Amino acid sequence: MKFSTLFKTIFVVLCILFPFSLLAVDDPEEMLPNPKAEARAEAIGEQLRCLVCQNESIEDSSSALARDLRKIVREHVAQGESNQHIINWMVQRYGAFIRLRPAFSSSTLLLWSVPFLAPFIGCFIAYFFYYRHKKTLPPHAPLTQEEKKRLNILIKDTHS
Amino acid sequence: MTHFSPLTRRRLLMSIPLIGAMGIGFSFWKMLTDMSAGTFNSHDINTPILNRPVPYFTLPGVIPQQGFSSTELKHLNTPVLVIFFASWCIPCLEEMPILLSLKNFLPLWGIAYKDSPYNVKEFLHNSGNPFTRLAEDRHGLVGIDWGISGVPESFLIGAGGIIRWHNPNPLTEETMTHILLPLVKKISS
Repeated sequence: MKFSTLFKTIFVVLCILFPFSLLAVDDPEEMLPNPKAEARAEAIGEQLRCLVCQNESIEDSSSALARDLRKIVREHVAQGESNQHIINWMVQRYGAFIRLRPAFSSSTLLLWSVPFLAPFIGCFIAYFFYYRHKKTLPPHAPLTQEEKKRLNILIKDTHS
Repeated sequence: MTHFSPLTRRRLLMSIPLIGAMGIGFSFWKMLTDMSAGTFNSHDINTPILNRPVPYFTLPGVIPQQGFSSTELKHLNTPVLVIFFASWCIPCLEEMPILLSLKNFLPLWGIAYKDSPYNVKEFLHNSGNPFTRLAEDRHGLVGIDWGISGVPESFLIGAGGIIRWHNPNPLTEETMTHILLPLVKKISS
């Protein structure tokens, strides 16, 4: 009894520590016999968008088209083609949209550079507003006679 | 820099988020009206195949109709509409009346995508057959070369087998009269 609870605990802890990636390979027959090649096929598939469920990779999706594309990726991997070659094959048919990680090109330059530019832009804006604001604030004018009198009355009021 | 009074400055600054929100609101409104008018679909995939020759393929026919190949499309002198469809797809059934009226304007060549010849024949028997040529892509591999992501999708093939137009959605009365037929007229002349 206690032994089985221990086993369950170990199992849960292991699952948390080493999460198995849950991929949608429905059928173990889909997988390549060579584990190294299979791992490469999975790595490629994870970079390709399923065009039916558009925010999933073809490795995650269980749509029929994703299954076909997975099969094609594995065929190309088995033939020993390079990752770049296989991704280009897909881009030729489905456009740059199929890449979940957009390629670095002139049209994606802004997309890729924004995370690095954003802190600089933010610092610049903060600096600009903070220092410029400080400089432009005029020094306080000294109190007039009347204001001083009024202030004295108010202070007295609170003290009494 | 021009000098505004602090109050005007504050008001101007306050208007920035307001203008931003208005801009976003306008964009959403435009997207939604275009989506309901059918001129915009956020799921559309711009196929890179446009303005390129048809990919290489040879497909068998659904007997008794004759299949076709990329070579035949490349030897055409007049436009043809190639339609990927399937008997198991409801939008394809809904598209059929449009195809039946469209066949009076240009030849329609069908490709049955991942389907059995028996089901295709049954489907066309019930809905009416608009196709002059009818091929079958049993395993959907030719469809992948064309970059289709589902059915129905249609491609207008111009002279020399060049893909002139791609429609990743079911054809509607509107797309037929406002987009497809004017384009056919333009490339035929």
